[in-house]
This record gives sequence, structure tokens and C-alpha cells, in this order.
Amino acid sequence: MTGKTLRALMGASAMTALAAPVMAETLTIATVNNGDMIRMQQMTAPFTEANPDIELEWVTLEENILRERVTTDIATNGGQYDVLTIGTYEVPIWAKQEWLAPLEMPAEYDVDDLLPAVREALSVDGTLYAAPFYGESAMVMYRTDLVEAAGVEMPDSPTWDDIKAAAEAMTDKDAEIYGICLRGKPGWGENMAMLTAMANSYGARWFDTDWQPQFDSEEWKTALTDYLDLMNNYGPPGASSNGFNENLSLFQQGKCGMWIDATVAASFVTDPEDSTVADSVGFAQFPNKDGVDNHGNWLWAWSLAIPASSQQQDAAKKFVAWATGKEYTAAVAEAEGWRAAPPGTRTSLYENAEYQEAAPFAEMTLKSMNAANTQKSSVQDIPYTGGQFVAIPEFQGIGTAVGQTFSAALAGQMSADDALNAAQSNVTREMTRAGYIK
Amino acid sequence: MARAVKTRTRIGYSIAAWTVALIIFFPILYTVITSFKSEQEAIAGFDLIPSLTLESYKAVQTQNDYFRPFVNSVILALGSTVLALIVAIPAAWAMAFSPTKRTKDILMWMLSTKMMPAVAVLVPIYLIFLRTGLMDTRTGLVIILMLMNLPIVIWMLYTYFREIPGEILEAARMDGASLRDEIVHVLTPMAIPGIASTMLLNVILAWNEAFWTIQLTTTNAAPLSAFIASFSSPQGLFWAKLSAASTMAIAPILIMGWFSQKQLVRGLTFGAVK
Repeated sequence: MTGKTLRALMGASAMTALAAPVMAETLTIATVNNGDMIRMQQMTAPFTEANPDIELEWVTLEENILRERVTTDIATNGGQYDVLTIGTYEVPIWAKQEWLAPLEMPAEYDVDDLLPAVREALSVDGTLYAAPFYGESAMVMYRTDLVEAAGVEMPDSPTWDDIKAAAEAMTDKDAEIYGICLRGKPGWGENMAMLTAMANSYGARWFDTDWQPQFDSEEWKTALTDYLDLMNNYGPPGASSNGFNENLSLFQQGKCGMWIDATVAASFVTDPEDSTVADSVGFAQFPNKDGVDNHGNWLWAWSLAIPASSQQQDAAKKFVAWATGKEYTAAVAEAEGWRAAPPGTRTSLYENAEYQEAAPFAEMTLKSMNAANTQKSSVQDIPYTGGQFVAIPEFQGIGTAVGQTFSAALAGQMSADDALNAAQSNVTREMTRAGYIK
Repeated sequence: MARAVKTRTRIGYSIAAWTVALIIFFPILYTVITSFKSEQEAIAGFDLIPSLTLESYKAVQTQNDYFRPFVNSVILALGSTVLALIVAIPAAWAMAFSPTKRTKDILMWMLSTKMMPAVAVLVPIYLIFLRTGLMDTRTGLVIILMLMNLPIVIWMLYTYFREIPGEILEAARMDGASLRDEIVHVLTPMAIPGIASTMLLNVILAWNEAFWTIQLTTTNAAPLSAFIASFSSPQGLFWAKLSAASTMAIAPILIMGWFSQKQLVRGLTFGAVK
């Protein structure tokens, strides 16, 4: 191309860029593709009517691509996005890098109404950096009809021994009913979310206070061995490739006696349109090992944050306050019923009698969320925060690597001991390389 | 006897070719089949006969605008292809008809730029795009896609041009044709089959590009690759919708490929049997 053409092209695009701000403010919102987020995109009319000078543009991306895109943009101070959808994993890490603008919400937003565990997970040194859109913990979802038929009981706070007994009693492989379904698909946000929470409830920890990995500990060994026993004896075939979606489908088809996973799944499995077992689902708290006071500490909240690089902080803040506020919840309830209200963010929702009636899982969801402590996820001393993950930038990489090892153990390619040894040496190497282990 | 063996071999080859083609095509076929299933069926397991529902297509339509990314894809694919040809034809001409000692090295060097993973230059290019205001513009993407495919375009054209006897160009020159006339009126018409297949391949490559088109766009210039990406999700059942979005995104290029397959195959095998 000649220099002239290039200059002309550059000039043309520079003019386009200059022309844009003259019109209404446009907020570019980066979001992930899930039911609640898509519903929000279709329900923005009240906001845009009240704020005619603000236009909304949506960029929907898969979680990992979104993370990659947004990281590049923030690190180069690109300012392409005004509102980001991120989780409890990113918020503390990014806030410490000063990538996110602190959120000071107006009085009518009622910050104190946010669930304490969620608010804490989204704050650094007492300052809120992201507003929760919907939140989840983890709990046991079980088939009340199968439990009854098998003659076992499911306590509100079961131990792992209770889970094992129930799984054994409910399993009927000839009828394609498997006592328990758990995640096995490798990934830091897939099987490692489950296994980290399970390890927490066994009293295990990822690192000691000197950042030495602890996969050689007795707690991890018991946790992984029990997980493999449960899945091999009472789990569905091919469990090492089952993630959230696969287990959801199995449970909805009536093939799982129990499923321990994110609380957000409760509204899917009790939805009569999609689930064949909608009216026979019971809920119980995430199990713990007998004598260990820890219920996994699983906590996740998809949240809206404003990058420090955004040029339209005020408009962005207005939108975040609206989308995560009480008004929006009420608008969703009016349009689609209380069951569809974004769960797990506000105390007021759980105090609402209509919601309690429409959502049979409300009470257990709230109990699970309130029990989650992301500031201290293990009963032992730890140098990190985070519940079903470790909130350090390296965790995506090491979590997924360990997840692959454990998934291989579930597929029968290696023993529990070999998997733990491999995890121990891998993580030690990565943590040394990253400078945590001196 | 000899004839019998020959027929049998030919049948064998046909079966083998069909099998390979079917294996290669199967993922696309299954995507299309899945797009006509309901979300429950889509995730339930392997099943080749769907209940034929259009609900995913409907959902995709209401959730996302297909038209804007489609127009962007067309502009990016055609724009980058035309731009690449404008640059590549003179370059390939120079290397094919007046080679020097270094021509082979230059060709290798061009190809070597394709050996680096794209993500390695993401941050510098991102910064350049930000500073020059090219971020999320079709102009910027046309340039980037042109640069990405340029080495392949030059290589292909170079191979075709080499097949054309240099004497013809010489004769044109003797008759007083200028350099421009020589390239535009003599060389280009003779190399049309080669140029056409290069164009087709480049359009396909640009249409399917899914790294830069996602990394360097937000909303204005986002093509169909970004449209597909917006339906991917780890939590919730979206497989049928994702398949419907993919089917809608690949349909235009698939149809184009179907109609131009003769050209494409002829161009790709051009000069292969010597």
C-alpha cells in the first residue's frame, strides 16, 4: 500500500473516532453468556428510558476469552470497555493492580443489604470494587423420592459419610440411576472448584503459610481417595468429562440421586419446563468431614466492575447501580416471576415472602452463602484468600494443570497417590518459578 | 484380469476418499444437526436424527443481531483480499520474473512471519491500534487480515506466475507495453485461474479468522467470529444455540465454497503435477 493511501485510511478512521463523542454517551459492556446476563440485556428499557443520553452496547464473550480480552485492554489502558462482568476470582487480584475503579454507591443503593460474604469477597481493604449481579455457593441437591425409596435420611448438614451411605443406597446401575454426580471435567473452574471445596471440608489447604503446596498431606489424600471411591462406585460412566452442564443434564433426566454443585443450579433442576424431576428435589448444605467445621467455602458472584481506564465513569456507575439494584430485581420478578430473580446477592430478596414461596431452594441457598468464608477457606492457617479457588493470578494455570491430573485419576489412568505426587511436584515447580517459594 | 484389478482399486480409492471426506466433514454436519435440536436433546447424547425445531435459530435472532456482524464479515473478507492482491501481484511478479540471489530467502522470510504465534505480537499491535484510532474499526481489521494472509497470497501467486513463460511478457515489452500494461493486461489475464483460487482461499481464511477479529473489536467492527463467540458458555445449556449461530456464520462461506469448488481445486493443484 502506498503511504498516501495509508495516511488517508488513518485520517479517515481518526475522524470517525473524533466524531463519536459528540453524540450520546455509549457504554460498552463486556459480559458472559449465561441466562441471567442475557435476561438483563433484554430488560434494559427502564434504564435507557430514564437515561436517554446513555446508549448501551453489549459484547458477549465466553468466560476465558472475555478474561483474555479484558486483561489486554486494561493492561494497555485501552479503555474499550466501560463495564466488565467479572467474578470473585478476578476482583481482588485486579483491584490490587489498580485496574478497577472503586465503587462508591449512592445511599438508595443500600450497600448494607448485600450479603456480607459476597460484599467481602468483592472488597479490598474495605472498599467495594465490584457490584454483585448474581451469586452462588454450593450445596447438595438430591432426589427426595429416591432417598425415601432407599430408606435413608438426608440431614440438613450431612457429613461425607452420610453422602456415601445415601449414594450407595440410591445407586441402581441397571436402571441407570447413579447415587452421586460430581464434576470431573478438568479445569480450575470445573473439577478443581469441586475438589478444592471438598478438600476444604476435609480440613486440607492448598498451601501452608510459606506457600509450600500441601498435596502430600493426609487431608488431601483422604479427600481425593474418597472422591474417587464415590465416583467409581456410585457415579455415572465417563464422569471424567462431566462438567456443570453435563451433570445438570443428567440430573434433569433423573439419572443422579445427588448432585453437589453451584446453588444457581437449583432453579434449573426445579424448573418444570426443563427438568423431569422438578417436584422431587431436596436441598442440603455442602457436606463436611466428621469433626471438621468447614462446609467447603464455595462462593462465586458474577459482578459488574468499572475498569479504571473507562472514560465514562459516571455513566458506568449509574448503570452498575441500576443493574445490581433492588429495582432491577423487582422488574425481573414482575416480568418473569420471582423464581427468575437474580439470586445470591441481597438479604432483602431472601426476606421477601413471595420469593421464599416461589423458590424452594431459597433458604438453603442463603444458608450456604452465609456459611462461606472466602477470607479463610481452610481450618488450617493459609496465606491466600478465595473459597473454591486460590485468589492468585497463577491459579488459572496451576489449577487447570492439577485438574487434569485429578481427572486422569478419575478416568483410571493413574492412582490417587500418583496424581497427588504429580500435583505436588508440578505446583512446587510453578510456585518456585513464580517467586512465591524462595 | 488387469482391468478387474483396476476397477477394484478404483472402487477402493473411492471408498477411502469418501470415508476421509466424511470424517473431515462430520463435525460440520453434526453442528448443523445439533442446531435443529432443542437444548435438552443437544446435550443428552449422540443422536443423528433431531426433532427438527427452529427454536434455537429463533433464540439466536432475538438475542443477537446477525446482520451487522454478517456485513462486517463480508467487508473484512473482501476488503482484505482485494488489498492483499494489490500488494501481492506486483511482489510476486517481481520475484517470479526477475529473481535475484535473495529471492528464495525473501520468500522464506515472508513465510517465517506465519510461524510465530499471533498472540506474541498482540500487545504491540493492540497499542498501535489504540494510538492510531484503528481499534474496533473495519479499516484496521482489513489491514491486519491483509497482513496476516499476505505471505500465503504471495507464495501462491508466485507459484502460478512461475508457470507462465517469461517470453510472453518479454514479447509484450518488445511491443512497447509499459510495466503497468504488462502486469494489468498481459500477466493478470493469463494468471486468472491462479488469482481466482488465491482470492477464494484468502476470502475463506479471512472469513474464518477468529483471533484478531475477536481481540481487536468490541461492537462496531465485530464480524461473525465474534457473533459465534458470544454464544459460547460454560454454565447453562446453550449448545443448540451455539450450533445455530455457527451454522448461520459458516453457511455463506460454505455455499460460496460449494459453487467455486472447481476453481478452488484447480487452483490448489495447479503446478502440482510436473
